[in-house]
Amino acid sequence: MSGILRYGSYIPFYRLDRQAAGIGRGERAIASYDEDAVSLAVEAGREALGGSRPDTLIFATTNPPYAEKLNAAAIAAALDLAPQTRSLELGGTSRMGLSGLSLACDLAAAGRTALVCAGDVVIGAPGGARERDSGDAGVAFVTGPAEQAIARVLGSASATSEVLDVWRTPDAPFAKQWEERFGVEVLAPISLDTAKRALAAARVEPETLTKVVLDATNRRDVAAIPKALGLKPEQLADPLADNVGRSGTAHAGLMLAQVLDTAAPGDRILVLSTADGCDALVLEATDRIATGRPQRSVAHWVASKRTDLPYNTYLKWRGILPFEPPRRPDPIRPAAPVMKRHERWKYAFQGSRCQSCGQGHLPPQRVCVKCGSIDQMKDERFADQACSITTFTLDHLAYSLQPPVISTVVDFDCGGRMACELTDAEPKEVRIGDNLEMTFRRFYTGQGVHNYFWKARPTR
Amino acid sequence: MASNGIKDKVAIVGMGCTAFGEHWDKDTSDMLIEAATEAYQSAGVDPQAVDAYWLGTFASGISGIVFAEAMKTPYKPVTRLENMCATGSEALRNAAYAVASGAYDLVMAVGVEKLKDGGYSGLVVPSPDGDGTESSMTAPAMFSLLAPAYCKKYGVDEGELKDVLSRIAWKNHVAGAKNPKAQFRKEVPMETICNSPRVAGMFGVFDCSGVADGAAAAILCRAEDAHKYTDRPIYLKAFSIAAGPNEGFISEDYDFTTFKEVVISAQDAYQQAGVTNPREQISMAEVHDCFTATELVLMEDMGFSERGQGWRDVLEGRFDGNGPQPVNPDGGLKSFGHPIGASGLRMMYEMWLQLRGEAGDRQIDNPKLGLTHNLGGQPGRCVSFVSIVGKDIG
Repeated sequence: MSGILRYGSYIPFYRLDRQAAGIGRGERAIASYDEDAVSLAVEAGREALGGSRPDTLIFATTNPPYAEKLNAAAIAAALDLAPQTRSLELGGTSRMGLSGLSLACDLAAAGRTALVCAGDVVIGAPGGARERDSGDAGVAFVTGPAEQAIARVLGSASATSEVLDVWRTPDAPFAKQWEERFGVEVLAPISLDTAKRALAAARVEPETLTKVVLDATNRRDVAAIPKALGLKPEQLADPLADNVGRSGTAHAGLMLAQVLDTAAPGDRILVLSTADGCDALVLEATDRIATGRPQRSVAHWVASKRTDLPYNTYLKWRGILPFEPPRRPDPIRPAAPVMKRHERWKYAFQGSRCQSCGQGHLPPQRVCVKCGSIDQMKDERFADQACSITTFTLDHLAYSLQPPVISTVVDFDCGGRMACELTDAEPKEVRIGDNLEMTFRRFYTGQGVHNYFWKARPTR
Repeated sequence: MASNGIKDKVAIVGMGCTAFGEHWDKDTSDMLIEAATEAYQSAGVDPQAVDAYWLGTFASGISGIVFAEAMKTPYKPVTRLENMCATGSEALRNAAYAVASGAYDLVMAVGVEKLKDGGYSGLVVPSPDGDGTESSMTAPAMFSLLAPAYCKKYGVDEGELKDVLSRIAWKNHVAGAKNPKAQFRKEVPMETICNSPRVAGMFGVFDCSGVADGAAAAILCRAEDAHKYTDRPIYLKAFSIAAGPNEGFISEDYDFTTFKEVVISAQDAYQQAGVTNPREQISMAEVHDCFTATELVLMEDMGFSERGQGWRDVLEGRFDGNGPQPVNPDGGLKSFGHPIGASGLRMMYEMWLQLRGEAGDRQIDNPKLGLTHNLGGQPGRCVSFVSIVGKDIG
């Protein structure tokens, strides 16, 4: 027996107002220009981890920043997981987020502690349904033994179907989807059957379910399930269609996270995701449910937003719309050996503190700038430390997809200073003294190398 | 342990300086030849007479061969060096120390930079392979941090400070308009400066120095030999360099209203030269006005103004060309642009002209001591250079 020990979610700050963009109603979440599937997964993973020490990391995405090179390794490094961590990467279909959670629960039943992170930046062709209905988000779960779980697994079921529903070749910018009526014909019966088998395995009657999470590449693939199982409308979980959009591999988990945010002990939950087959999990919230929640709920992330982003800016961010670059050199790719030597700084955001005088140093130093002590430093991770703006400027000259760059000098509450870029902020609203928190971002891609590091953002 | 200096041991006996600007028609070697040739002629010496060379260039060439190849100096020692924006001054300092040591009799310090061929806005700094976590702040952004910090510390309204900064730019353009070698040789109305498009923070385009190509050179010998070459040598009183340990971006104590490196290098230079009251004793100064706010803070760091009072001195015209303590009488980086390897020597070229009474329309009345200053890096993490030169020994 196993279950979920902790979980966390992350929804990026920006929303595309579908009406303003002329593509529908409501909003969809969009990753900022400096976010990708990895950074979204890291942000959700930070929310989920708490004090847990997973021995296994599973990363799921349909939009891996690297086609070859383990994206999960960057996540492990940013989350400061142990070097001995086992890691797996799942992709190819949006179902892999829930498949990953299901696998993580199986691994937990075998005695392991697994962190599963799903992150997706779903890019649809301009004007199409996929652009309109999709969203970008991250979600993460830690799984472990049932006795420590906030929600234990009662049963599960899976199905695999070879069907041309949603597909994309490696060099194609946008996924395509076959005529929906065909997908429904194939996938609706599979979805219902998988739900029934999961419930049977869990020995749970549908009417006893508190919430049912239904996620699919096409909403109609799962539309018949409520009626077939005799579910009442209030049993159905919010699909987050009007304020987030379907966030690929993260979406089933994101809906589940929202259910867990308000679940009471004993609540039973069916989670189902349909894409190229189906996965379903039946969970039961335990007495511990309140202890494993993240600092920020899905509702919190949904409410924390900026909606006035112009549509053409969004298109620029996704690389769909070419634009005039500043008259500055292209960003240079970071060098592999230097990144390796500085891995704890670059990814885990680990600085140092002088043991003689207490001065913090970011990046870590060997010689203290204050007292001159040599090699008297202790490692210190600053990633989850709060900081505030000491001074800042708006840089109209620097290269950015969102000019002006907001350059700040921040001082950490725990002691320590660094020059840091501010993201997810409106230049006009920035003030000295603003409270900030650190966030893991992809700064730029130079010569095919993604450059990840940390920025500050106004506390969300 | 001491900073003894070389007061009155070395003299400059000849100088040359190209016009600064967009030299689309000139190679780096062309500018080197032009500056060096003018310096040889100025000292009345044949190129063969110069024993050794120090070439300052930030990024326009690697090694002493850059100069040797341009001038075809026959197998002479040529040292190429770099110390960010103090590169040209550093060439002068090292050349002077070599003469003072007795190693050589006659040497040249020469600096050059070719910036306009890159086609970029602002300065592009080549950097070693990195981990991608380095700050990407541009130079104007770095220095723009001074303005709000100054306002906050001294209770100056931001609008008022904008006027102060604009007046610094205005003053330097007034000076540059009188200088045939300047890149920008027009006065610029205050209103144009104030309303120029924003670049970073409070800085508009006119708060920033330009990007230019240029070269300058000086010939040095021991003071006792100076009159062999000229009847009006100028004497080196002090050289100081301070390289900061990046305290400003580590220590929470730093408040972005001063350059510690400048304070320390200025104090060292004053001590070497025997200057006890810089506000009264320094007749004129060429300082590193890379940005208007830099010049404001420098006035306080170098002791020309009391702390928190520099902005008042600026508004009262203390540092104007015809004021009691002219600063950047040649037009400064503001009018010349900043070809990095050349700037420090260009500043010394103005001292050379002023102390010899050859500055034409810009001539300051009977200057005795002049100061040149460079700053490379950014507030909180920089290298600062200060030199003091005089008309007379003693």
